[in-house]
Amino acid sequence: MVIMESALFTRSVMMKLKNGSSRVAGVAVVVPSANPPQGFSPHNKCPNENSGVYSESYGPTLAHCNTTVWNPLGNGLSYEEFDFPIFSLKDDNDTQLIKQCYVDHNRPVNGSDPQYPLCAMQLFSHMSAVTNTATCMRRNTNGFTFSPESICEPLGDHNIWAPAKPLNTTQKGHKAGESMVMATARLDSRSFFSEIGPGAESAASGLITLLAAAHALRNATQEAQLSRTIFYTFFHGETFDYIGSSRMVYDMEKNQFPIDLDNVHSVLEIGQVGLFSSSKVWLHTDPVSRRNGSVEEEVKKLVSNLQTAAKGLNVSVEEPGVTQPLPPSSLQRFLRARPFPGVVIQDYSSSFANMYYQSMFDNADSLKMSYPPNLTPEEQLNYVTDTAKSLAELATMVARALFVQAGGEESQVSAIKADELLVSRMLYSFVIASNNSWIQELVSSESAAQLINETANFYISVERQTSLPTVLVQHLLANLTGSTANVTQEDCKNQRENQDDKESKHLYSYSWVQGAAPPNSTERKGFCVRSTVHGTKALSPAFELEDYNSKDYSTWTESNWKQIKGRIFLVASHDLEMLTLGLGIAVLLTSLLLTYVMSSKADILFSTGREPTSATY
Amino acid sequence: MTAAVFFGCTFIAFGPAISLFLFTIAREPLRVIFLIAGAFFWLVSLLLASLVWFISVQISNKESTSQQKGLLIFGVVLSVLLQETFRFAYYKLLKKANEGLLALSQEETMPISIQQLAYVSGLGFGFMSGAFSVVNILADSVGPGTVGIHGDSQHYFLSSAFMTMAIILLHMFWGVIFFDGCEKQRWFVVAAVVVSHLVVSCLTFQNPQYVSSLVPTYIIMLSMGIWAFYTAGGSLRNLKLCLTCKDKDFLLANHRPR
Repeated sequence: MVIMESALFTRSVMMKLKNGSSRVAGVAVVVPSANPPQGFSPHNKCPNENSGVYSESYGPTLAHCNTTVWNPLGNGLSYEEFDFPIFSLKDDNDTQLIKQCYVDHNRPVNGSDPQYPLCAMQLFSHMSAVTNTATCMRRNTNGFTFSPESICEPLGDHNIWAPAKPLNTTQKGHKAGESMVMATARLDSRSFFSEIGPGAESAASGLITLLAAAHALRNATQEAQLSRTIFYTFFHGETFDYIGSSRMVYDMEKNQFPIDLDNVHSVLEIGQVGLFSSSKVWLHTDPVSRRNGSVEEEVKKLVSNLQTAAKGLNVSVEEPGVTQPLPPSSLQRFLRARPFPGVVIQDYSSSFANMYYQSMFDNADSLKMSYPPNLTPEEQLNYVTDTAKSLAELATMVARALFVQAGGEESQVSAIKADELLVSRMLYSFVIASNNSWIQELVSSESAAQLINETANFYISVERQTSLPTVLVQHLLANLTGSTANVTQEDCKNQRENQDDKESKHLYSYSWVQGAAPPNSTERKGFCVRSTVHGTKALSPAFELEDYNSKDYSTWTESNWKQIKGRIFLVASHDLEMLTLGLGIAVLLTSLLLTYVMSSKADILFSTGREPTSATY
Repeated sequence: MTAAVFFGCTFIAFGPAISLFLFTIAREPLRVIFLIAGAFFWLVSLLLASLVWFISVQISNKESTSQQKGLLIFGVVLSVLLQETFRFAYYKLLKKANEGLLALSQEETMPISIQQLAYVSGLGFGFMSGAFSVVNILADSVGPGTVGIHGDSQHYFLSSAFMTMAIILLHMFWGVIFFDGCEKQRWFVVAAVVVSHLVVSCLTFQNPQYVSSLVPTYIIMLSMGIWAFYTAGGSLRNLKLCLTCKDKDFLLANHRPR
């Protein structure tokens, strides 16, 4: 059993442990309180290289990170197969106990071997899955037996989307005369260890910017008559070969979605934007689709809208000057269907600025977000950090650009401004603690049980578990783009304005949220929020098609597991154990022998000295 | 510590008791019944002692270690006294039962002598006492670890097993001696049994210095064993006879009718 500080948790050490000898039974990594300054990313150097748009047939020179390596710090540990459990331990009293046990019993003294009893550790993390997704899904007995047992389950969650203008969502397929500007961001992240997935820079920064932009555009989109509708979308599962975006494109192609690909005009995606230094963000585009004249024109228009929107703000935009592919982004899945004009906003030009991409260190420190000391949680919630200020500037720019892209008048953009306090509160809720007073008011009472006092876990997990970011984004988007409806709780829960209303449920979605408690009472006063926010299943099409070896769609599954726990104890030497067993057998045999002898001679032994009476002469 | 230690300790603790049961008691239903009744009497004495201890712990100050230690000593002494009291009560019951059995049965002699009853009841006490002493320890010994992560001695399992073996045999010897003392109205014999039981129980407060608790216990066990042997009718002469194989059949063989 190896217990190591996180400085040793590198690819070379882990590969040595994996391949070197078969005597490694488990590894425990002690997580430090500070991020390693040299960076750490267990993801691949070229994330999602086989599930994007670049391949042998589409931009072959750009595929497989030939032109630029997006994640140079990536060591690919998350995608290696290990035969032994690897646990992460917080650096607290229990870990101190383990280290003390080693020091007391297992440390060799003066070069000689340590003596028994030795300190031992047992890590339980039984995983039921086998080999790969295809084998494992085949072995699931769901639907075949009386007690269905699944050994692995597909990863899945929900995509959250909301059109800026109400749309008939019950009617699927093409909507005549609708032209959508998709504003997208990703909802998920991961790390090497389960239950830890802070994703501050890789996921939270982008989705918070989009939420702030949606809020800034609320009034403007309702008042102005725009020729195109802005369609806010949050994709889940993008880390695992674009689960969410591939599913939405698939649904659009199969006319299972309220709009289809013909309705999509252009795509503006917000990627990792938390670290834009010197206030410069980069606009990435796909060079292959830009060879098409009409696409090139639209892309140029979108870029110039962004540049115009950035004027007068503390943000400057620039396109990377070289021909390079799109970074890993949901736009790639749209491009696989057909060439769309699209721009991806990132805070880097040729490789990630995020040194902790998809790792357990992608937290508030990774975002360089800090609060002054000695603030209460309530004060921290309302404190505007520098990160919040820059994200708010970016959100304002995105909102103005979207407004113009959707056909709005340039003269009306000055009213569109993102709220800094809102951005700080959102940053606090996603990165520090979601169980705060502000979020408590915005969510429904069922969802309030999921709020926690630490950083949200952005890992997508399996379909039957809705991740916390999905819940938060759903309620936040409803609150920020929707309005309060003067409707009773019963009507609200039944998706209608009043008893006779049959039409509203096609256009809007209603949700009853907890609200705040009035000053002189403890009962929360709930209210109904009417918005256009919907969620659709983000499950890879491979599982709908039951094509578990699919090369086109994500086939990621998660193993079912039994209780995860660990324990330490001392083990005695084998010799002592065998000695005990030998002693026991010896005692048993001796006593059997003695007792047999004594009981057969009992009348002699226990007589009171009489002569044998039956002797006759 | 693993199955090896589990079986080793089980055999050490219960080996003599099992072999005694197999060869001397298992064939006779009456002896089995009295064995189980004896075990039950011991169990009732334990129940009473633990009730008193439990109540006194609840009303005591849980923080003070000296009070808890004092309470433990009080509990042990009380338990020993109660066990011996119940042994006496069982003796009285058996005397009455024997008269009743004699009246009921067709035969003229008692189906089971008082000496045999003494032996069987002592063994019954021993079985139950041993079981309660050691079964929890045996259950824990099956796991992969051993005692010691907080600094305790790793010979815990082994010494517990040996102690249990001694206690079981001691109970048997005490049974024989006690009943004999009661029969012959020799009260100093009874007092000696009670005192030696107290001594053995209090010796366990020496743990974890296992040597200083086990060695005196074994010395006491040997001396009790010799005393019980003599009480049961054995003597050095009989022993010599047995060991040199000059037993009944042999003697008979030498005295063939001429």
